[in-house]
Amino acid sequence: MNFISDPITFIANWLTNLLLGWGLSPEVTTVLLTFIGAFLLGTFGFALVIFTIWLERKLYGRIQDRLGPNRVGPWGIFQTFPDMIKIFTKEYITPIGADKIVYNLAPILSVSAVLLTWAVIPFAPTIVGTELNVGVIYLMAVGSIGALGIILAGWSSNNKYSLIGGFRAVAQVVSYEVPMILALLIPVLLGQTMGVNSLVYAQNIWFIFLSPIAALIFFISCLAETGRAPFDLLEAESELVAGYQTEYSGLKFGMFYVGEFLHAFTISALMATLFLGGWRGPWAEQVPILGVFWFFIKAFIVYFFVVLIRISMPRLRIDQMLNFNWKFLTPLALVLLVVTAIVEKSFLLVTPGLNLTETALPWLRAGLHLSVNLIIILITIQILKTHRIKEVRVVATPRPVAVAPEPPASVIS
Amino acid sequence: MSAEQIIFLIIAAITLIAALSVVISRNLIHSALWLILTLSGIAVFYVLLDAGYFAVIQVVVYIGAIAILFIFAAMLTRRVMQDSGPQSNSNWWLGALIALLLFAGIALIFINWQDFATLQPELTDSSGKLSELGLALVSPDQYVLPFELASVLLVAAMIGAIFVAGEKKQ
Repeated sequence: MNFISDPITFIANWLTNLLLGWGLSPEVTTVLLTFIGAFLLGTFGFALVIFTIWLERKLYGRIQDRLGPNRVGPWGIFQTFPDMIKIFTKEYITPIGADKIVYNLAPILSVSAVLLTWAVIPFAPTIVGTELNVGVIYLMAVGSIGALGIILAGWSSNNKYSLIGGFRAVAQVVSYEVPMILALLIPVLLGQTMGVNSLVYAQNIWFIFLSPIAALIFFISCLAETGRAPFDLLEAESELVAGYQTEYSGLKFGMFYVGEFLHAFTISALMATLFLGGWRGPWAEQVPILGVFWFFIKAFIVYFFVVLIRISMPRLRIDQMLNFNWKFLTPLALVLLVVTAIVEKSFLLVTPGLNLTETALPWLRAGLHLSVNLIIILITIQILKTHRIKEVRVVATPRPVAVAPEPPASVIS
Repeated sequence: MSAEQIIFLIIAAITLIAALSVVISRNLIHSALWLILTLSGIAVFYVLLDAGYFAVIQVVVYIGAIAILFIFAAMLTRRVMQDSGPQSNSNWWLGALIALLLFAGIALIFINWQDFATLQPELTDSSGKLSELGLALVSPDQYVLPFELASVLLVAAMIGAIFVAGEKKQ
């Protein structure tokens, strides 16, 4: 391993040797290195947010025909730093009757839930926080802690708007976890493993080609989990003042803000890892640092779509959103899961008797899964067509409340 | 004392204190939060036992689902569940008696259990255990009956919930 191709492993090995040379026991060295790694990963996550906030504001600006941030640094790239300093210096306000411990705990929980996800995301074949053999369930477990943060923020603020916002948020986040988990099971089925890095290894053909519906369902439910437009019902200025974070100020509000932006990038990273082949790309296995490059290219492409959807979509009503989840996404994900399982199992049973070559096998499997997915898409569209609104029913004609009087003849002439 | 033992002792202390706080805390939401800490402590024990799957499932089921349900229910009844009032009623001695009897029973079983103090050999393959568990749950001569019974129970609970919450047709 040389420094250029795999710097992280190189530094880790060097540090291990150094610490062992100082006479520390191997056990203590492992613990120390784990702590350093966790610290670096967390810091990296926060540093990335500094960049993505700028990126998102710039994209926002450009798409809305504005310039976006353009004052601090070239292209306004350092705009986030003054904003950070501003938010650090703001006053912390704790409302009367707020539950102080819970009130302060909520922002921490909600950021750490997102940050914990990064522990299992593989950036390169050798650069993984930890290679859990149950990584996919870990992702679900961590996601539920985020819901906890939101609900506590809503409750502890002692504000009815916060509380309603919290209820909405939990209804949304908990509901959308169902199709998300069902969609997550499909890569697990296809890759026959629950480790996130092993799932990347299993993607000789990207899973988005094997199961585009699963990728789409996962993407949509992840978008809903982040609580951004078109699913930004958690934050409704017109109805709830702000939402569960109404009473928060200063850095505590900043924590929620950072958590949201980090979550938006995290779902892009997850999407890239689980469906777009993660670090896979030319020469990624020989030169691990290239894997980081491919990974971030894929993640940023997905992130671009996340931002694009946020800007270009109108928001839904809460009932529409929950209907969409329970009456469309969840049944679709269930059907897809059952069908994929049957196809996969029958493929494994049938193919040994067919005398196929080793290279043709994965392509045949991919083609089979893709065609099954396309059939499901066609059937779904047909079913949806039978439910479309055929004609607009006119309930009543609009009646003007007040009619302007005819202007006097002198004005007209 | 190895690092693992130190971690075990610290986590055990935290778990016990949190478990005690669940019952003595005056605020219902605080109790639920202490319960979450207790449950996460148990998840850490699973990790120490090399059972990562159970640790994660512990977090998903108990913290992600059950504790959030507790908090949700408590939040909806905020005005009813005020912090005032005595913490125990006149039957406290009955509860204490039952708890003591239960503890005595469990302790008796552990004392009479010959293998309690002997260390079991470590399982070697950690990924194989998970698929063995999955196969055991669906194999007819092992646990398929309890597994299916549990799902029937859940369906019954779900039907009951829909019946209670659904609109009554006149």
